[in-house]
Amino acid sequence: MVKAKRKPLEEIRDAIKSYKRVLTVGCGGCVSVCMAGGLKEVNTMNAELKQMFKEENIECSFDGFTVERQCNMEFLEDVADKVGKFDCLLSMACGAGVQYMSERYPDIPVFPAVNTVFIGVDKEIGVYEEKCRACGECVLGYTGGVCPVTRCAKGLFNGPCGGTNKGKCEVSSEVPCAWVTIYDRLKAQNRLDDILKIQQPMQWQNQVQRTIIQEPYKERYAKQD
Amino acid sequence: MKAGSNLEKILRAGHFAFTGELGPPRGCNVEHVREKAVPLKGMVDMVNITDNQTAMVRMSSWAAAIIALEEGLEPNYQMVCRDRNRLAMQADILGAYCHGLRNILCLSGDHQQFGDHPNAKGVYDIDSIQLINMVKNMRDEGKFAGGAEIDVPPKFFIGAAANPFGEPYEWRVHRLAKKVAAGADFIQTQCIYNMDLMREWIKQANDMGLTEKTYILAGVTPMKSLGMAKYMKNRVPGIDVPDEVINRLAGVDKKKQADEGIKIACEQIEEFKETKGIAGVHLMAIEWEHKVPEIAERAKVLPRPVMD
Ligand code: SF4
Repeated sequence: MVKAKRKPLEEIRDAIKSYKRVLTVGCGGCVSVCMAGGLKEVNTMNAELKQMFKEENIECSFDGFTVERQCNMEFLEDVADKVGKFDCLLSMACGAGVQYMSERYPDIPVFPAVNTVFIGVDKEIGVYEEKCRACGECVLGYTGGVCPVTRCAKGLFNGPCGGTNKGKCEVSSEVPCAWVTIYDRLKAQNRLDDILKIQQPMQWQNQVQRTIIQEPYKERYAKQD
Repeated sequence: MKAGSNLEKILRAGHFAFTGELGPPRGCNVEHVREKAVPLKGMVDMVNITDNQTAMVRMSSWAAAIIALEEGLEPNYQMVCRDRNRLAMQADILGAYCHGLRNILCLSGDHQQFGDHPNAKGVYDIDSIQLINMVKNMRDEGKFAGGAEIDVPPKFFIGAAANPFGEPYEWRVHRLAKKVAAGADFIQTQCIYNMDLMREWIKQANDMGLTEKTYILAGVTPMKSLGMAKYMKNRVPGIDVPDEVINRLAGVDKKKQADEGIKIACEQIEEFKETKGIAGVHLMAIEWEHKVPEIAERAKVLPRPVMD
């Protein structure tokens, strides 16, 4: 899922301090799962902001509401009757949610309260690790299920660079070299042939905004010329 | 002849090649490039011109290579994948060829995190093997990576780097095989200190028939001091310095360490001359260009063959 991390409180303060009534909108989707922007985090952040504004003598009132998901127009309707009472919205959703919120309520400023960081997995409670960059051309089939785009610091497709160091990446002795991991896994599965072939340059799919239509819906949304 | 560079002629004629290195300046100090070029003249067959080495901004490698060419050296134009996408790479390759450059070395490049712009966006649009292949297709098929015809294709003698020491060891020779299959005409290795591993690697390369398809130049960097040796051992990723080398340097007087370093390098070069599958030596005398004539002399690689 998408993983996000709350922005520093000071940055949020600077964005909203000229507004008098702020509605913080949480999201019950991914950001709730990774504990960055769900119901609980809305309450915590509002409490912290209230405290900060009080100490700094900035006049401002905070309210909170959490919708099921901010990446869907229907759920965004749930705040329609409230929005009019506020000067700005503070969205705790991922970048997609913030944008959809701004699109739905174009007359009111919407500020992001979190940084959307990556698509990743849960390592421990509250600890997440990046695994995917949504490049749109999945190569995991020949790399033993280890993503070279995300996990190799140079995004190489044809094996380790010269900097690989005792199984670690040249950028840090803490980070495993993705290509050593790929090699070990394929070797264990007797599939090294997969990486002996030269992989041709990636045809990058993520250079313009993408839209997908799932197969069963193709007809329904077919463009009429 | 694929490109007709001086290096290609020397290798094809069966001479043992001897190449050097020259780092472009961190600024527009052209005089400095010219000064560094002087001691290399007539001492080496080709000079590698590094490309934003260690991810620090320097004069473009193609520009410094042209200056080296004016000084009578034959440049090896280095290009890394870190800073350019496939459009910029191909454009520079065309331009470099038109200005008389004939050798190119295709590299991944050190990660930007090491340099003085650590948060720059790394490009890595294609990797070093794909770059080798692209330059080869430009030369042999006369086609851009996108498939269109090139109006007068650039004909480069294509080089690649190899590191016989990175783990997993058994993968190393396969990575070499991939570079050869992609189109590497010559290989320059990482600095070698661990001769046992090097012998093993070159044997594997011979057994796989790779040394018949490409020319391997063994990388040699003389140690200037014990401090340098320790630094290389502990701090530089991908370099393997055995204790033997450290002990030899530690065993001589501090003032004699540089001399001992050169002695070790010369012994290595002597062995490489006799090693089946090694076609030459690439001397990386980092910030020690003025010592190159002495090293060349002591390694008995002079005079350099003159090709026409
Ligand atoms: S050391 Fe491994 S993970 Fe790091 S850049 Fe090189 S190949 Fe990629």
